[in-house]
Amino acid sequence: MTDDEIKALFLRELHRIAPEVELSEIDPAVDLREQIDLDSMDILNLAIVIHETTGVDIPEADYPRMTSLNGCVAYLHSRTS
Amino acid sequence: MISETIEKPKRGWAVAPNLLDYEKICAGFSWDAARGELDGLPGGRGLNIAHEAIDRHAAGAIRNHLALRWIGKGGETRDFSYADLRLLTNRFANVLRRLGLSKGERVFILAGRIPELYISALGTLKKGNVFCPLFSAFGPEPIRQRIGIGDGRVLVTTVLLYKRKVADMRASIPGLKHVLLIGRPEEIRAIPRTEDFHQLMNDASDDFEIAQTDPEDLALLHFTSGTTGKPKGAMHVHQAVVAHHMTGRFALDFHPDDIFWCTADPGWITGTSYGIIAPLTNGITSIIDEAEFDAERWYALIQKQKVTNWYTAPTAVRMMMKIGTEVISKYDLRHLRFIASVGEPLNPEAVIWGQKAFGLPIHDNWWQTETGGIMISNFAAMDIRPGSMGRPLPGIEAGVVRRLKDGAIEEIREAGVEGELVLRPGWPSMFRGYLNEEERYRKCFAGGWYLTADLVRRDGDGYFWFVGRADDVIKSSGHLIGPFEVESTLMEHPAVAEAGVIGKPDPIAGEIVKAFVSLKPAFVASDELRSELLGFARKRLGAVVAPKEIDFIANVPKTRSGKIMRRLLKARELGLPEGDISTLESS
Repeated sequence: MTDDEIKALFLRELHRIAPEVELSEIDPAVDLREQIDLDSMDILNLAIVIHETTGVDIPEADYPRMTSLNGCVAYLHSRTS
Repeated sequence: MISETIEKPKRGWAVAPNLLDYEKICAGFSWDAARGELDGLPGGRGLNIAHEAIDRHAAGAIRNHLALRWIGKGGETRDFSYADLRLLTNRFANVLRRLGLSKGERVFILAGRIPELYISALGTLKKGNVFCPLFSAFGPEPIRQRIGIGDGRVLVTTVLLYKRKVADMRASIPGLKHVLLIGRPEEIRAIPRTEDFHQLMNDASDDFEIAQTDPEDLALLHFTSGTTGKPKGAMHVHQAVVAHHMTGRFALDFHPDDIFWCTADPGWITGTSYGIIAPLTNGITSIIDEAEFDAERWYALIQKQKVTNWYTAPTAVRMMMKIGTEVISKYDLRHLRFIASVGEPLNPEAVIWGQKAFGLPIHDNWWQTETGGIMISNFAAMDIRPGSMGRPLPGIEAGVVRRLKDGAIEEIREAGVEGELVLRPGWPSMFRGYLNEEERYRKCFAGGWYLTADLVRRDGDGYFWFVGRADDVIKSSGHLIGPFEVESTLMEHPAVAEAGVIGKPDPIAGEIVKAFVSLKPAFVASDELRSELLGFARKRLGAVVAPKEIDFIANVPKTRSGKIMRRLLKARELGLPEGDISTLESS
């Protein structure tokens, strides 16, 4: 997947979980939980759906690395390359 | 019983548990005598939580002992000795004095786990005001309701939380006279009708003498949710500290040099009774982690801080179980001696997993906002029956009853029979009422018992086992959520005719909030509308309270008298028998 595809997937699923969030205001470098109101189940659901959609195996211990948009892109690259 | 008992050694403990001989200590225990473990205010001026937690230690041998170690999200730490805490809480008490607060007025604190929260909470108690925590993940609506019901006079919060959640609805809570903000001075100056927390603290004196405090003076206000109606403010008094202190010792096995970590947020009562008060009254070190759950961060923290006693929650335990034991082996957790869990029943697998992962079982315990402290517990020295909440603490009498049609109750003495868990009133941290809701308070008592609304059974050896709730309250990640609050918010949306909200079982959270809505005639169900409703609810209620799932249904099932039949919604959701539907309104 390209960076743009990963970003699009991340934002689409974030919108599904938290439709009230203005996606254009998300700072890709910052932990989502610092910017918007997400609870631990939201974060878990986001990681699970990214795992299911990309087929990339994401051990639960790595979920904290996926809590920002850039972090997620970097992580998925590290898992696929 | 599905699991084998976990047996505890009878002798040879490196640190002897406080409740080594349960029967003997229970037999000799009285709350009056327990009161003697505390000092009371000098000169017979009464009993104040903050004096027991801080000042008496700050004037004695452990004045320089580490009281709180705060760990920030980035890993930075700030240490507070008992002497440090005395000065800082004195300052905050002086701030409240300068603001002209009268005794008993409420101070609300809306913040993440930052040092200012702990200092404000304890300073509030010193001043004779009432501390009321608000969970920082609440949306604007739960915050507005609680400050309104509690008639909050002061709110301590951060610039960020104020802008996001309070500024827009400030006008609807006119009783809120002062907002003290934590943040950059220039930012605070630009926000009308707010004051700078740190500026006020800097200007305040280090000297403060706690005024006469009656043990029955109101100290803490904790909001909780019922099936119906608005959130209820459970009132606790200064005398509750006797129970905080003793239960810390009995159920969490505090010993003088312990390093204790309670992972709960002070927005919920566990984070106040055990995240603030009990470790301090016992003169031990309490760790505060600002960050949210992250298994590896947690293990590293336990290793680095040499945590001995750890009090956490089932959702966190289940997340750790998913991650597995392999990562734990990278850490040296040898200082850990005792692990406890609270919030919802801990499944037997989780208790046993603790044994495998940490070499220690996880001790489940049970209590609620109304009880103020731990009531039933698995103790350090006691054999554990995995899945059981344990046995009543010394000084606590628990029973099982069935409610009769006329409102009376009947005690169930046979073992293994399901009924409602009840407690004999009289322990110091029992709530003294729901603020301004005398009727709802009175309904909690019958036949000389406090009715908990939790269904249990008691086995032949006196261990209690949780069965379910007697009402429709939802327990999600250990947080109590009232379905009515969620339904009311959904019904504010123009498309919604009716809403019914249930707790849907979830392997991690225990339950998640699920809503069923029926639409007004002009509206058609669609994914767009579902998404809109989800966002609408999240914006108002916050992510922890709002539904995670919304389904459209033609009619929300109700009784002929108009009550939503949440049980029926739940049975349908789970594909279970629908039970007695004779009262269902035909539609």
